[in-house]
Amino acid sequence: MTPLLEFRNVTKVYTKGLLSRAATTALDDVSLKIEDDQPTILTVAGESGSGKTTLAMLLLGFIAPTRGQILYKGKDIAHLRGEEKVNFRKEVQAVFQDPFAVFNPFYTVDHLLTVPIEKFKLARSKREARDRMDEALSAVGLRPEDVLGRFPHQLSGGQRQRINVARALLLKPRLLVADEPVSMVDASLRATILESLRNLNREHGISIIYITHDLTTAYHVANSIIVLYRGSVMEAGSIDRVIREPQHPYTRLLIDSIPWPDINRKWGQTEIVAREQEHGSVETGCKFTSRCPFAMDKCRQAPPPLYRVAPEQVAACYLYDAQPVVERERLSEVLPV
Amino acid sequence: MTTSSPILRVIDLQVSYYTEAGRALALDRASLELYPGEKLGMVGESGCGKSTMALAMMRMIKPPGRIEGGKVFVGDTELTALSEEQMRRARLSLISYIPQGAMNSLNPVLRIEAQMRDAIKEHQPEMSKAEIQERIYHALESVELRRSVARMYPHELSGGMKQRVCIAIGILLGPKVIIADEPTSALDVVTQRQVMETLDRVQKQLGSAVILIGHDMGLMAQFVDKVAVMYAGKFTEISPVRDMFTNPLHPYARALIESLPTLENKGVFKGIPGLAPSLIRRPPGCAFHPRCAHAMEICRSVTPALERLPSGRFVACHLYDREGNLVNAELRMAG
Repeated sequence: MTPLLEFRNVTKVYTKGLLSRAATTALDDVSLKIEDDQPTILTVAGESGSGKTTLAMLLLGFIAPTRGQILYKGKDIAHLRGEEKVNFRKEVQAVFQDPFAVFNPFYTVDHLLTVPIEKFKLARSKREARDRMDEALSAVGLRPEDVLGRFPHQLSGGQRQRINVARALLLKPRLLVADEPVSMVDASLRATILESLRNLNREHGISIIYITHDLTTAYHVANSIIVLYRGSVMEAGSIDRVIREPQHPYTRLLIDSIPWPDINRKWGQTEIVAREQEHGSVETGCKFTSRCPFAMDKCRQAPPPLYRVAPEQVAACYLYDAQPVVERERLSEVLPV
Repeated sequence: MTTSSPILRVIDLQVSYYTEAGRALALDRASLELYPGEKLGMVGESGCGKSTMALAMMRMIKPPGRIEGGKVFVGDTELTALSEEQMRRARLSLISYIPQGAMNSLNPVLRIEAQMRDAIKEHQPEMSKAEIQERIYHALESVELRRSVARMYPHELSGGMKQRVCIAIGILLGPKVIIADEPTSALDVVTQRQVMETLDRVQKQLGSAVILIGHDMGLMAQFVDKVAVMYAGKFTEISPVRDMFTNPLHPYARALIESLPTLENKGVFKGIPGLAPSLIRRPPGCAFHPRCAHAMEICRSVTPALERLPSGRFVACHLYDREGNLVNAELRMAG
């Protein structure tokens, strides 16, 4: 069966200016698949500069890959035209980080919700349009009478972000890209938004790509995770395995640095090798080498392949070279749905 | 300086913002004591008054905001009684403030050392060039930055390094109280840990008291000794961090703690129903009563005072008597 979404060896290189040779590889040979019949929540995690937002931009078709292909229902999204393109725009929706920046302050919430209804001809009458709005708002736990007719400045960050989720839901998408949807929302409201995301997945069969640097929330909503570091996949697998038993030295550092709201779980003792040392980093080998406490000679020579460290876990690290290699193209096979 | 007397005393501090829609009471008679070496976390939803409290302590409230009452002492100095000029000198030397997104507050066209030199010269004009330079290097080294950073411009530094430069500026003159307002909110977890470890070490060296403002309860659990929970401009509970996380007293503090994702409660989402109240139209009585599962008749009309319990914890809730016992024993089960 054709997957809903497929990344085939996607690489994105940003170049600076016309004359400069300096180039940054934001995403380096990433392949992944989301199946149509098995809605899942996949987390793409990493620090700033890891390429996670580039991945979202590529997926939404805002930028084109330098190498490789992105397929939606088997068709390259760069070549979608006419009805197919409209369909792609409708079925792939996004929720972004800043709920304060995405609203036009001059329009009420109704406007924000009626535009997509008109654009995609989702309702035949005003009555039906209103029903669709009510339905979408209720699905994210908002009372329509509380928000309709209001201007964005009259709403809290949590309400705004839920309206964004409702707007996406209105279009009955197949795939939702959520780029740091709760990082600017108060802790007490995060739970509610995450819950609405999970309900979209469970009750409406929508697959979600959850992009975040916050592994605590990822652990709570996602089924599987891909950890990126400077554009490359470091570790991937089932969320339980990766968070509870991280294998790659980078993932271990990341997990060890999570400030858990738990008084008995103290911040880890893993030594942090400062980021400023990155400048002298090796471009040919593993990108984490310069910060890695276990770095070996071969780490500097060629990037490690993905080793299958557990049935549902791979790590790109030579420490595990006794384990079987998983081809990059087959990464999705170890990710549970 | 003995550890028996508080280094910071805030007494009934009150701040309002006068807007077209009316008067917003952003800080309602807030009181607080902090001892040398103590680390206090101030948490609450956005708009609860955490940053207002910090700015009021620094006397940096700008119109339409106004400090309407209360006193702030650092040691024996009453900040609220100082002249503008004296207060300007007290900032950075007695009490320093690392604002939210501080790393974006560095001047992009000045070298780091020039910005640090300005700060020292303002306070100690008699200091020699060599002494100033030594002070700058010392501050940078105490936040684990190389001396060469002094010659750099902000754009040459990473976010975490810039944040550490801001901490270095904050501690240049060895303040008694350091207020850090969400110092790591824009940083990723590894850098965040690095910055917090730096702040922790520097604070231990100086023996200052630290107030950490934020809404990341995880960070609080890892960093502070005491947690103060604010709601609608008032403290609802101030408790040692362990008590706060294991046995929160105030229903709002409890809801806040229960909404947190931990390793153990995977997939359980417990948000706090309802919305934070408007500061212009505060609910009468306890501001939390419309969202409180245990609200009683008295909560709707009488505002509970922040009581000091025999255990040393503070709570403002009608559910508890002065001894800290539940007024209504049946609630123990519900809680």
